[in-house]
Amino acid sequence: MDKARIDQIVDRHGGEASALIQILLEIQRENHWLPAEALKRVSDRLKVPLARTQHIATFYKAFSLVPRGRHEIHVCMGTACHVRGAQRILDTVEDRIGIKAGETDSELKFSLETVNCIGCCALGPVMEIDGKTHGKISPAKTADVLNGYK
Amino acid sequence: MSEISLRIDGESVAAKEGMTVLEAARSAGISIPTLCHHEKLEPFGGCRICIVEAESRGATRLVVSCVYPVEKDLVVRTRSPKVDRIRKTLVELLLAHAPDSPELQKLAKEYGSDRDRFEKEASFCVHCGLCVRYCAEIKKKNAVGFVDRGVRKEICFIPEIAARECNACKECFPLCPTSYLQACFVLTEALAFPLASAGG
Ligand code: SF4
Ligand code: FES
Repeated sequence: MDKARIDQIVDRHGGEASALIQILLEIQRENHWLPAEALKRVSDRLKVPLARTQHIATFYKAFSLVPRGRHEIHVCMGTACHVRGAQRILDTVEDRIGIKAGETDSELKFSLETVNCIGCCALGPVMEIDGKTHGKISPAKTADVLNGYK
Repeated sequence: MSEISLRIDGESVAAKEGMTVLEAARSAGISIPTLCHHEKLEPFGGCRICIVEAESRGATRLVVSCVYPVEKDLVVRTRSPKVDRIRKTLVELLLAHAPDSPELQKLAKEYGSDRDRFEKEASFCVHCGLCVRYCAEIKKKNAVGFVDRGVRKEICFIPEIAARECNACKECFPLCPTSYLQACFVLTEALAFPLASAGG
């Protein structure tokens, strides 16, 4: 992400230090992770010490300081999904994209996480990609769904 | 500012409005143990060692004296079986992180804490925040900060700032109740700017 784009986001928030978290969230959303240069630029622009920006960026789980894929996959491992075969869904995903939960593939296409409940147990087993819910999913359908992402 | 009178350990103490119980006690020569408190820094309330019993209108509560403001007719007990028990456990918990800290050992002796009560998880930093706050509030350099949270929280130097500022200052070193701060600095220095400090 280039400086100009970061500046644009900062400017949209009027360069207010109180908007720090919002600004970081926007960069995270667009870039999928927060590179060191981005943290520095935001700190400089807002006149917030880098130590503070760094504390906030490491405090919230919404932020990532390591590269993340363009698509976020969340496989639910909650009790309801678990008894309906979530493990097989997870195995399929790991197998297809070649990474384990918590990892990102080398082409930065996918990041994979497990979650403990998405809150729609009736749809279990559930996989969510970029916020879109895929419910009552089977291993075969999982592979199909993954193929649909560029 | 109006005067407020309260009682601390049976003594009548005159304090100014806005003072903390700890400040009032110290001004009267009554000592309360502290770990994360520093006169020049904003009250932090991180370590809880300075906990005391405070009684007002018939109710007794446990309050953290370094952040609790004085109230009229407050009755404070800086030591009681309950207070001592809490301090004993707090020190035991901290000792699991920094078993050899001289400051903690002094407190352990005073309150009868068992150094080995909890399984050791020697992270050495006790999160008192003295280094971080001193650098931010007094020196205004912010060369060191906290990262992460909960059990994974730790201090972290910003190499670019540390390379520029720390060698000439190091005023935070003696503040650290363990030796973790120095260790962390030396490590940062070795990894990030070995030449700058060797004079190269
Ligand atoms: S490094 Fe030392 S001074 Fe800094 S927060 Fe940890 S224990 Fe406190
Ligand atoms: S001295 Fe009061 S909480 Fe640490």
